[in-house]
Amino acid sequence: MSVLSLQIGALAQRSVVRTARQPASAIPPLLFPVALMLINSGGLKASTQLPGFPTDSFLAFALAVPFIQGALFSTMNAGTDLARDIQTGFFSRLSLTPVRGGALLAGQLAGIVVLGVVQAVFYISVGLLLGVRFAAGPAGIALLLVYAALVAVAFGSIGSFLALRTGSGEAIQGLFPLLFVFLLISSMNTPRNLIAVGWFRFLASVNPVSYLIECVRSLVITGWDVEALALGFGIATVISIVALIAASRELVRRLARS
Amino acid sequence: MQPASSLDGVTRDNSIVVEKLVREFKKGPRAVDGIDLYVAPGEIYGFLGPNGAGKSTTVLMLTTLLPPTAGTARVGGYDVREEGAKVRSVIGAALQEAALDPLLTGRDHLRLQTMLQAVPRAERKPRQQELLDRVGLTDAADRKVRGYSGGMKRRLDLALALVHRPRILFLDEPTTGLDPQSRTALWEEVARLAREDNVTVFLTTQYLEEADVLADRVGIIDHGKIVAEGTPAALKAEIGRPSVHVIPCREDDRPRIADLLGRFGEKLGSDRDLAVRLREGIGMVDVIRAMDADGVVVDDVELRAPTLDDVFLAKTGRTLEGEATGADGAPAR
Repeated sequence: MSVLSLQIGALAQRSVVRTARQPASAIPPLLFPVALMLINSGGLKASTQLPGFPTDSFLAFALAVPFIQGALFSTMNAGTDLARDIQTGFFSRLSLTPVRGGALLAGQLAGIVVLGVVQAVFYISVGLLLGVRFAAGPAGIALLLVYAALVAVAFGSIGSFLALRTGSGEAIQGLFPLLFVFLLISSMNTPRNLIAVGWFRFLASVNPVSYLIECVRSLVITGWDVEALALGFGIATVISIVALIAASRELVRRLARS
Repeated sequence: MQPASSLDGVTRDNSIVVEKLVREFKKGPRAVDGIDLYVAPGEIYGFLGPNGAGKSTTVLMLTTLLPPTAGTARVGGYDVREEGAKVRSVIGAALQEAALDPLLTGRDHLRLQTMLQAVPRAERKPRQQELLDRVGLTDAADRKVRGYSGGMKRRLDLALALVHRPRILFLDEPTTGLDPQSRTALWEEVARLAREDNVTVFLTTQYLEEADVLADRVGIIDHGKIVAEGTPAALKAEIGRPSVHVIPCREDDRPRIADLLGRFGEKLGSDRDLAVRLREGIGMVDVIRAMDADGVVVDDVELRAPTLDDVFLAKTGRTLEGEATGADGAPAR
């Protein structure tokens, strides 16, 4: 095993262990999105009667939302953890080891990816238990797990960037509602083509979160929709790259070691 | 002090060589203002000064965590500015706050540190256990750190700094806030490291006793400048004469005693204090005889040898003990 992979593994292990030992922050990202999905499914079931609605099961339609909502929670948790490391001096301890900057970020993100995949398995299991049938089949489920990992990297990188930029857990928690707005102005509850209000339809169409949701949704209710998959994977990749570059620059600034 | 020309000829040893080191912060004072110092291999160097004097800023620069504004520093033979990675490979550091993860156990910390320091796989567990035994944390190794006392955290911090067998150890106020028992245990371990393992120790402290007991040599820093340097004995000898301190029986006698003491040397402290640094050739017996002859009755008379606080007072005009707490000026990291 190379030194770099050893370092990444060690930091990822720490990230997972930390989360497992604080159920108060690990459980809400699992349960809250599912609870919201169930409430919405009950209240908005009539939406499936709209002409052009892509499925007769609102639960199948809404199952995509927890994936993104859970990732948002992970963003906040990951960012808060990293900011806490900076505030307590643990980050300085890591800086004094031969650990490379890339390993610091990758280790942090590897932990988030593990948690993102665990969340995805939970959401898929809940969906299956409630009778949702995945149109893309087992291969689609496998791809969904890969996608969950990619989305975790994207949002985790945003969280890492914010943590390295501000060095404050409180600042990250303060920014969380702002990130949540992106979810609310997306196609989370209604397909974009059925949104009647013009300005909302416009915002949902320019909001990348809509396409992240629709990628998951396509695997659940449509099957293999190449356009939706390309948009979802493409946007997640672009967010990952941009956020990783921004986080790396902040990491270099934050380390400021010779 | 190492001569200026020595930098070029330094070998890859355990020394610390600093010349004209400066650190300025934006909109702030010069936290470190052109200091020179030399720490020999295997030496325990006590860096003494009040809060805000520049101790921690110096440590951050010497450990490569903060780039110097000017000047040069070589640690273990490597330039802190140009060869940061090499410096980090030969040093261990326990910074001012024990930077530990409250959710991890002591053993988790050591496991993480041995992996990040690339300790060979076969050596990791024995090394972890050896360090747990050495700092007396074997019984608490599998407890989360959030349940540790301050002394236990400091001991774990020290163990983590030693994982990769560093040649040079930086300890930034390692015993601040510790109870006397924990403090003594830490002193013993630091002394053992220097004595048996030939580890060079750079120790910052604001405790005079710590510097006195532990350090081979002491540097006193104030307002970013080194104002005195030498062995504790030499620094105290520089101050020279002992002092006599008197507690009067009656408050009314205070002015009389002050006048009397003034005949034997330089008065110390404020007018309220009855203390005098004895002139050469004067002993306590002379003071007692004079008081007896004048019919002065006192509760107590004490002869005190010079302390490092006397040295600090002589060099800065202030006492180190009782200094108000405040920030060093180094940024949070």
